[in-house]
Amino acid sequence: MSVEIRLPATLPPLFPGLPRRLVLDAATVGEALDELEERWPGIRDRLCEPGPVLRRHIHVYVNGERGAVETPLPAEARVDVIAAISGG
Amino acid sequence: MRTIVLVGTRKGCFVLEREGDGGWTTRGPYCEGWPVFHAIWDAEGGTIFAAAASQWHGASVWRSSDLGETWAQSSEGLAYEEDGLKLSKISGLTAAHGRVFAGAENPGVFASEDGGETWSLVTRLEGQPGSDKWNDPANQPPGNLGVPAILPHPTDPEHWWAIVQGVGIFETTDGGGSFTPRNEGLRADWPLEDPRVGYCVHKLVMSPVDETRLYQQNHVGMHRSDDGGQSWTEITEGLPTEFGFPAAAHPHDRDTFYVIPVDPGHGRTMPEGRAAVWRTRDAGSTWERHDEGLPQRDAYLGVLREGLAIDTRDTPGLYFGTSTGQVFASDDEGESWAEIASYLPGIRSVEVGLVG
Repeated sequence: MSVEIRLPATLPPLFPGLPRRLVLDAATVGEALDELEERWPGIRDRLCEPGPVLRRHIHVYVNGERGAVETPLPAEARVDVIAAISGG
Repeated sequence: MRTIVLVGTRKGCFVLEREGDGGWTTRGPYCEGWPVFHAIWDAEGGTIFAAAASQWHGASVWRSSDLGETWAQSSEGLAYEEDGLKLSKISGLTAAHGRVFAGAENPGVFASEDGGETWSLVTRLEGQPGSDKWNDPANQPPGNLGVPAILPHPTDPEHWWAIVQGVGIFETTDGGGSFTPRNEGLRADWPLEDPRVGYCVHKLVMSPVDETRLYQQNHVGMHRSDDGGQSWTEITEGLPTEFGFPAAAHPHDRDTFYVIPVDPGHGRTMPEGRAAVWRTRDAGSTWERHDEGLPQRDAYLGVLREGLAIDTRDTPGLYFGTSTGQVFASDDEGESWAEIASYLPGIRSVEVGLVG
């Protein structure tokens, strides 16, 4: 089902052609990551640790609710991928 | 000839460069401002590699084949398959014999044979003395233990040495299949359960003209080996402190070696706020202080283990970078110095390459 993904500004410089916002078909956050990986190889490593599980400072919100790799995506969901406040 | 000095900082990689004896220019920051732990020049492949770890996006190795104009990064294969064993960062890089080695934290050695596009685990040094405890968080100092450096043999690709922080040096002659601890003669000011390991090796270098001559800056003292690391002799006497991080071996003289002593304890800056590089020309029997051109008042500078580099000119140049963002260079084997960058982010590594 079609969902809208919004990515942090830190990612597009790493992957030529990667937009900040895109629409793709996925039933879970993990499927969305699979689709992104297919199109921009290596992007999963930037968002996930082996498992895969989301990196500690990468937060995903599905329609405003905190999600994880296995979180299902309703049709037309908005998925915000956030680089959490960290560092100095 | 162009000189490029690669500077790894808390906020990206910078390239300082000059043509011939001309003035220095600074380019960067590169690597999207990721914290860079070690940036190296692979002369054989004409590539810059930079080990970096983003707070958000994890550890990766960046690479540039056009002297920093364009970059790519990959961590494909840079992971442990064991449940729960994390790779938090790549601490050190080494290019030799057509490969690039990456020393990792937690301790492990990875290698790339395709110019940094993919990586594979070479060894976690399983079964070596100390290895049963070095991944245990209860045994970790502040920060984690890792493999900060791999020292390659100049002619034998299967022969190299790996440092495990707080544990010591391990030598392999079969490409990482087996290892032997090489810490005999080192000093430890703490109890050792196993005298083969438990040594804090900060930096290990080999004389480019004599593969049996190694030097190391240790947590406790400077040490020299005349037998390829099989035994060590302390050469600290004559230095202002026994503590420091970086070291450099002269490219043409096996007896000349450089260190930057700093105060031990929490400060870890140059003693009395007076900056100096120390050189021996007799394999550590005597030491000379060199401070011409370096700040001699209120200069509490720190230099980390990869923060000192030496080039291969007939009269070699030296370069060091500080944890407060200055880079100093010497054109005369360390006799005198000039500041060539002043306001970079905190510096973790300095390496030099001669191009063209």
